[in-house]
Amino acid sequence: MKTLAELAALRDKMKDKVALREGTGEKRIVVGMATCGIAAGARPVLNAFVVAINEAGLTGNVTVTQTGCIGICQYEPVVEVYESGKEKVTYVKMTSEKAQKVIEEHIKGGRPVKEYTIGEIKH
Amino acid sequence: MIRSHVLICGGTGCTSSGSVALKEALASELKAKGLDEEVKIVMTGCFGLCALGPIMIVYPDGTFYSRVTINDIPEIVDEHLLKGRIVDRLVYNDTTVEVEEGAHISLNDTTFYKKQKRVALRNCGVINPEVVDEYIAMDGYQALGKVLTEMSPAQVIQLMKDSGLRGRGGGGFPTGMKWDFAAKSVSDKKYVVCNADEGDPGAFMDRSVLEGDPHAVIEAMAIAGYAIGADEGYIYVRAEYPIAIKRLTIAIAQAREYGLLGKDIFSTSFNFDIQLRFGAGAFVCGEETALLTSIEGNRGEPRPRPPFPAVKGLFGQPTIINNVETFANIPQIILKGAEWFASMGTEKSKGTKVFALGGKITHTGLVEIPMGTTLREIVEEIGGGVPNGKKFKAAQTGGPSGGCIPASHIDTPIDYDNLIAIGSMMGSGGLIVMDEDNCMVDIAKFFLEFTVDESCGKCTPCRIGTRRMLELLTKITNGNGTLEDIDHLEELAKHIKATALCGLGQTAPNPVLSTLRYFRDEYIAHVVEKRCPAGVCKNLVSYEIVADKCKGCTACRRACPVGAISGEVKQSHIIDKNKCIKCGVCVTKCKFDAIIRK
Amino acid sequence: MNVNVKINGVSYSVPRNATILEACKAASIHIPTLCYLKGLSEIGACRMCLVEVKGARSMVASCVAPVNEGMEIFTNTPAIRRARKMNLELILSDHDKNCLNCARNQSCELQRYCREYGVEDQNYFTGKVNEFRKDNSTLAIVRDNNKCILCRRCVAACQVQQKVGVIGVNDRGFDTHIGCAFEKNLGDSPCILCGQCVVVCPTGALVEKGQTDDVLNAVADKTKHALVCTAPSVRATLGECFGMAPGTDVEGKMVAALRRLGFEGVFNMNLTADLTIMEEATELIERIQNGGKLPLITSCSPGWIKYCEHYYPEFIENLSSCKSPQQMFGALAKTYYAHKMGWDPEDIVFVSVIPCTAKKFEVKREGQSAAGVYDVDYAITTRELGKMIKRSGIAFDELPDEEFDNPFSIGSGAGAIFGATGGVMEAALRTAAEVILQKPLEVLDFTEVRGIAGIKKATYKIGDFELNVAVASGTANAAELLDLVKSGKETFHFIEIMACPGGCVNGGGQPTQPSYVLNNINLREVRAKVLYNADKDLPLRKSHENAQVKAIYDEFLGKPGSHKAHEILHTFYVKRGK
Repeated sequence: MKTLAELAALRDKMKDKVALREGTGEKRIVVGMATCGIAAGARPVLNAFVVAINEAGLTGNVTVTQTGCIGICQYEPVVEVYESGKEKVTYVKMTSEKAQKVIEEHIKGGRPVKEYTIGEIKH
Repeated sequence: MIRSHVLICGGTGCTSSGSVALKEALASELKAKGLDEEVKIVMTGCFGLCALGPIMIVYPDGTFYSRVTINDIPEIVDEHLLKGRIVDRLVYNDTTVEVEEGAHISLNDTTFYKKQKRVALRNCGVINPEVVDEYIAMDGYQALGKVLTEMSPAQVIQLMKDSGLRGRGGGGFPTGMKWDFAAKSVSDKKYVVCNADEGDPGAFMDRSVLEGDPHAVIEAMAIAGYAIGADEGYIYVRAEYPIAIKRLTIAIAQAREYGLLGKDIFSTSFNFDIQLRFGAGAFVCGEETALLTSIEGNRGEPRPRPPFPAVKGLFGQPTIINNVETFANIPQIILKGAEWFASMGTEKSKGTKVFALGGKITHTGLVEIPMGTTLREIVEEIGGGVPNGKKFKAAQTGGPSGGCIPASHIDTPIDYDNLIAIGSMMGSGGLIVMDEDNCMVDIAKFFLEFTVDESCGKCTPCRIGTRRMLELLTKITNGNGTLEDIDHLEELAKHIKATALCGLGQTAPNPVLSTLRYFRDEYIAHVVEKRCPAGVCKNLVSYEIVADKCKGCTACRRACPVGAISGEVKQSHIIDKNKCIKCGVCVTKCKFDAIIRK
Repeated sequence: MNVNVKINGVSYSVPRNATILEACKAASIHIPTLCYLKGLSEIGACRMCLVEVKGARSMVASCVAPVNEGMEIFTNTPAIRRARKMNLELILSDHDKNCLNCARNQSCELQRYCREYGVEDQNYFTGKVNEFRKDNSTLAIVRDNNKCILCRRCVAACQVQQKVGVIGVNDRGFDTHIGCAFEKNLGDSPCILCGQCVVVCPTGALVEKGQTDDVLNAVADKTKHALVCTAPSVRATLGECFGMAPGTDVEGKMVAALRRLGFEGVFNMNLTADLTIMEEATELIERIQNGGKLPLITSCSPGWIKYCEHYYPEFIENLSSCKSPQQMFGALAKTYYAHKMGWDPEDIVFVSVIPCTAKKFEVKREGQSAAGVYDVDYAITTRELGKMIKRSGIAFDELPDEEFDNPFSIGSGAGAIFGATGGVMEAALRTAAEVILQKPLEVLDFTEVRGIAGIKKATYKIGDFELNVAVASGTANAAELLDLVKSGKETFHFIEIMACPGGCVNGGGQPTQPSYVLNNINLREVRAKVLYNADKDLPLRKSHENAQVKAIYDEFLGKPGSHKAHEILHTFYVKRGK
């Protein structure tokens, strides 16, 4: 390592990897991972969110975590997005593909993907 | 893709309580459950709450598990790491913070951490100390890069002076001034030495930094080398710190590999490298001149000052010696500025100080607090108070060189000068809490026994004087003392303080002088009434069975290890005082409070 | 450059690099010291020299603290007096206080300070007292750690000045004591017995192995013939045992005292010094001419010989095979003189008085028994002679000057200067030059090899030949010189080495002087002056012109280097381990 630029580049690359430990981000994506969720395919969904957040370089701002059973087992996999100062958004019957869209539109764009939310699906 | 980090403390405390086995069990369980690609295990340095180890923290949620065992691992993996359900029974419960039913507070919200300000310890428990990249991710080596490319040595020294940083090893000498002296000493060869020979009983601040954030020390030493014009550094670390030695060895090798140590660092003409030297366990080698003598290959003994090391130090060359914690502050002072650092603390003591809490306190462990925090905040809030409903009596700071702070001074803001004013000293940061069951004469004797044992034997007052003090204290605690002995003890203590060769000798009488100052009545009780008020000094204690209360259950008789208790079933028992060894087991066995200690 | 200081309120201007102790000395203030020896032991350990300095946090050890501009020093406050006294009380609390039977009673520095500081209660502090085993294991030196105050002057002498380093500090805290590594006996260590530790010891912890009663009893034995000879430097120092100033020549009184002690013959070792020169100069010329092992190194100093055998065995072949003057004397006494007197050598008790402790070892060496019995029976130090004279009720200072007995009474000036570093070299040069040139020298003073420098080098042109010589005293200096020779950087034909710094005048058997004398007077120089003055004033200044030496060759040995001379006057050396 011979220059400060090299050092800075390494720092920036590594920062994402330890950002997980900085505590909760501004936005939290919580994936229901109880037995019901896992049976309904929650794990690929969880992984899809983790990968996408990483690829988008959003690890510092967005936390992906799991939670237990929320009580709406028929709608699993359930994913909730929390954002400070805003109502939580609950997505149901999630898939990896849907996850991509949530990242693009909701997390990056700030517009919840209405058609995946519990309100829409119930109807 | 990693979605969760599990941090396991790899400090000495948690290592002794089994954190390495824990890590292995977790790794194999993760693999078995197919989570090894999603969850990363990170061995870190010390979190500070050593009494609760082994400690494990799960991110991103920051769940803080304490006293985790191997048997808990499958549950943590199944429930928490897979299903996201926190294992409640293992979560550290801070009873002083109100949380909603069923909710958990994160680590940083516990009272233990909330009042802390982690500067020297900022990376301890956060990064993997064996991976230099993680240190770099936390802005590591940016400070070194900054001084080498943007600052002159004089500017670095001025910054250190402006920050107000004072030596954390005990003396509290202004670091910038020390560097300035060494910078102004003219020589082709200069040295930077890190004093990592932490020797105060119960103190482990430096160990935690070395184990948790070794690169911070290495970076700071290089900065110091640049500031004074040195190209060689030594870290003198106790051989009793194997984990610290291992991590330092790894860190130095990584820094060399990255070109952060060695020749032409950051393509400048600055060269710097570091060697390790191991101390063999002599307390006196923590004294700077003895430490240098030891590095030189001689019997570790202090030498007279002046000449000070900054003028004539290691191998006769200008040398600065700073303590581990002092160094650990420096990279951040460079990056965040002198004003940032000086904004913390009191008028003459800037920044934070790490303390090792021990003794009669709920949370034993390491805490880092801004200078000026009161003893009350440390004991009652951060430390969780004195356990078992006992009353706080005094706190001992500064180890065998320090003194005690009585309850009457509990609201004293802790800084260098206040502690000296009340007859103690900051020392390296040991803080031992005592309650009403501690005999202050016995405490003084305990520390003096240590000093007598560790005296190097070079100068007359320390070699013979401390021994004579101990003999007088022993006489007093045995109940054979007189009032003249107390005067004699005090006279001798003052003599040693005024005449001993080195700092250790000069401060060795402090525990006696400060207990004489605040607890003279206890000394007098020992010699006049032949009574130990706290009931600690065995020769002055006797046990008796109150006949009216004794039910004759025989519990005490059966427990007595020397057969000193006799009595028939259902008849009141008697203790034979000639046989009694005053171990006190009978008291703990009696269900009827029938045995009293006098 | 000077700085201004105030000592006890009075202003002084003192050199900038002075210590407080030196500044006070210049102001006629005596500050007690126990551990401090200028240039040798500057460790600030005993805490006797404490003074108060305005603004200092604690008391200051004046021996090692430099003066500063404007410094205000107080040497005699109640606090200082109490501190010094208390340190003495502490030392006494762990000290064998049987002063009456101590070898250093009345010359003990601790005792003196206790008296000066009014230590009335020598049991002011009580408690555990260390009990150490006395180390009696060598032929020359006895260590009694019960008398040791841990000033470490002996350690500095052994490690720094002599580079022998067989003693050091063992254990720590209250158990600290001086000893050999792994608590070995001194006798089992590669100690060279030079006795430099003894002459710097302030108390009775280190003394020579005393043989005064043995000698006095031998003298009283009427079935024996007790003969004595005195080494060149003894006359320059013996007076110190009787309170005379260092540098007093007491040759006449010394001879008178020995005669009054009852010796049948009182002889002058300067004569065998001359004899040594005859043999050694011959050996030197022979080695140079016949391509023998060079450099030739002198062999008069038994401490040096033992050092060479332990630490530089590769130089054993370089050593002159000549016995030391003491051994030559004993050998002649028991052969030549015994024959002359018609005595059985076994009936002779030959005593030498020497400034040396190592000679007590030398007398028991192999190859030192020309007549089948030991050449020398007792080697006693200057200190022991002083004690014998006192014990025998002889009023030394009232004695008349008397002369040595024939046929061993004459010594040349060359023999006299044997007692100072460079003396053997100069004596040998006088003789060798005249032997080679076959004519008298115009100037007899070889000043380049004089003086107290640790290492001296010179080149002398003798005819066409350039003779390179070197002189070292103190075995640390010897080691430095030998390393230089070993490295091949410099070559010499002839080297003189004395184990003790300054030579025999500063030998391990010489009278002890307290640290305030050692620190303020250059004892080596002052004592050596006696010898050089004697040389200057003597009509006879060359060994080869000593008539008594010639007579010994004519009557007995033949010529220098003869077979007979080799039988009587030469010896051999052995390699010893480290």
